[in-house]
Amino acid sequence: MKAVTDRPVSKTKQERRIPFDVYKVREDFPTLKQKVHGKPLVYLDNAATSQKPRIVLDTTMRYYTAENSNVHRGVHFLSERATKEYEDARTKVRRFINAAEDREIVFVRGTTEAINLVANTYGRQNVRAGDEVIISAMEHHSNIVPWQMLCEEKGAILRIAPINDAGELLLDEYERLLTPKTRLVAMAHVSNALGSINPVRRIVELAHRQNVAVLIDGAQAVPHGHVDVRDLNCDFYAFSGHKVFGPTGIGVLYGKATLLEAMPPYQGGGDMISSVTFEKTTYNKIPYKFEAGTPNIAGVIGLGSAIDYLSSIRLDAVSAHENELLEYATNAISEISGIRLLGTAREKSAIVSFVLNGVHPHDVGTILDQEGIAIRTGHHCAQPVMDRFGVPATVRASLALYNTREDIDALVAGLRKVSEVFG
Amino acid sequence: MSDLRDLYQEVILDHTKRPRNFHKLEKANHKADGYNPLCGDKITVYLELEGDVLRNISFQGSGCAISTASASMMTESLKGKTTAEAQALFECFHDLVTGKPASQSNTPDIGKLAVFTGVREFPVRVKCASLAWHTLRAALDNRQGAVSTE
Repeated sequence: MKAVTDRPVSKTKQERRIPFDVYKVREDFPTLKQKVHGKPLVYLDNAATSQKPRIVLDTTMRYYTAENSNVHRGVHFLSERATKEYEDARTKVRRFINAAEDREIVFVRGTTEAINLVANTYGRQNVRAGDEVIISAMEHHSNIVPWQMLCEEKGAILRIAPINDAGELLLDEYERLLTPKTRLVAMAHVSNALGSINPVRRIVELAHRQNVAVLIDGAQAVPHGHVDVRDLNCDFYAFSGHKVFGPTGIGVLYGKATLLEAMPPYQGGGDMISSVTFEKTTYNKIPYKFEAGTPNIAGVIGLGSAIDYLSSIRLDAVSAHENELLEYATNAISEISGIRLLGTAREKSAIVSFVLNGVHPHDVGTILDQEGIAIRTGHHCAQPVMDRFGVPATVRASLALYNTREDIDALVAGLRKVSEVFG
Repeated sequence: MSDLRDLYQEVILDHTKRPRNFHKLEKANHKADGYNPLCGDKITVYLELEGDVLRNISFQGSGCAISTASASMMTESLKGKTTAEAQALFECFHDLVTGKPASQSNTPDIGKLAVFTGVREFPVRVKCASLAWHTLRAALDNRQGAVSTE
């Protein structure tokens, strides 16, 4: 990704070669070594979910075979070990996104649950009738629906910051939407349907001038480059483990400690309490206040090892590799006749979304699948984005650190085959 | 390996590019909307029923090659049929694309619709092929609210 911190990246910096051997990296991912319909798998659906490196699989297996135990409860050996691994993973996440303290890291099921958690706690506490919540026109359904539900419940109004034809947020329009009625801004760091990178620091800065808190949906940003929540200065940041080479069913909500402390709990149950009587319950401190019930321990530990893996190959090398590949893919795909690219933002991440004249994306998907190529077709859980561009669906190729030029060449050959079939 | 040409047969591609009966039916006395949320396919089926005879049938909408061709060929094969015949053909078509052995003893002649046999090799595309038919059934019942494949 070009600049997750929305600082301009100089050409010289981009061109400086950081040692990165994509073929060596591919060796770490067992899923990639298979054939689909008799052809080598070309996996270009990383925005939906990423493949897992062996270390994540091994770590998860090791937890279940050697350490399986509940956390924060037992005095016995296994429980202590599981608890330590669980809390070590929290520290890894904290370092990974440069949060100030471990207790600002809340483990949830995924980005969707993180956003729902904020809507149901901070949202319900702070949004009243007539108040406003701002999102953008490029949001994933998971960053639309929770706010619609909140606004409906409270009689509040959902405002939509528009985007231009390139898929870039119109900052001036967004700024105009910020008023004394605004209670919260929730926006994607990177659009899952278009790949646009939002100017998060600026978005946050403008909101903070009005004392409005900002939640950033980082699901599509975290796998592609450094995210520094303190540099962005956002109040909440959400991401999913499975998109960042970790297991499914685990995600992270980062929240500034002062905000988390003032928020009511999300769910009630074990682990989120410090004492319970039938008359009164005292809630646990953060982050445990938000982690009711036995958590996804294997998921957390697996996520921790995914972060170890990413750290071992350096995210700046990943970003450089992906930027180069994105440019290669964009050029190659644009050359095919009848292609219309959607999402041509200047600041863009590893996503190429397009339509092919006269061929429905679903048909493109089936033909590519026969060539062993996995891409996503459909509305990408972003129907308002599809409406904005006047298409029912797109074809989306999304890159990850293990993708190669050969993958892109296979995609282009596949697309030419589509044109042949529909010629 | 399933062959793409089995799915995208010439007849299907022809109906995709030039869908038949692709318009609103002014005299329609039955209609229904269908929707496939998986891929965003939308269709409206219009019927002009005279007693229990399908005097005329048309459709509108947007969708993939399979769903468009299926709708187009459905309208061609149903014109002039009775509602009972249409229901029987629905069952027969459904069995065909899902790869089930024919469930009825006196199976109606499926005719040209046999080109959709290839769909059974592509399970995720069965919904595309059957969307128009599910919508037809809703139109026959004059059901309100869009039919969904999900």
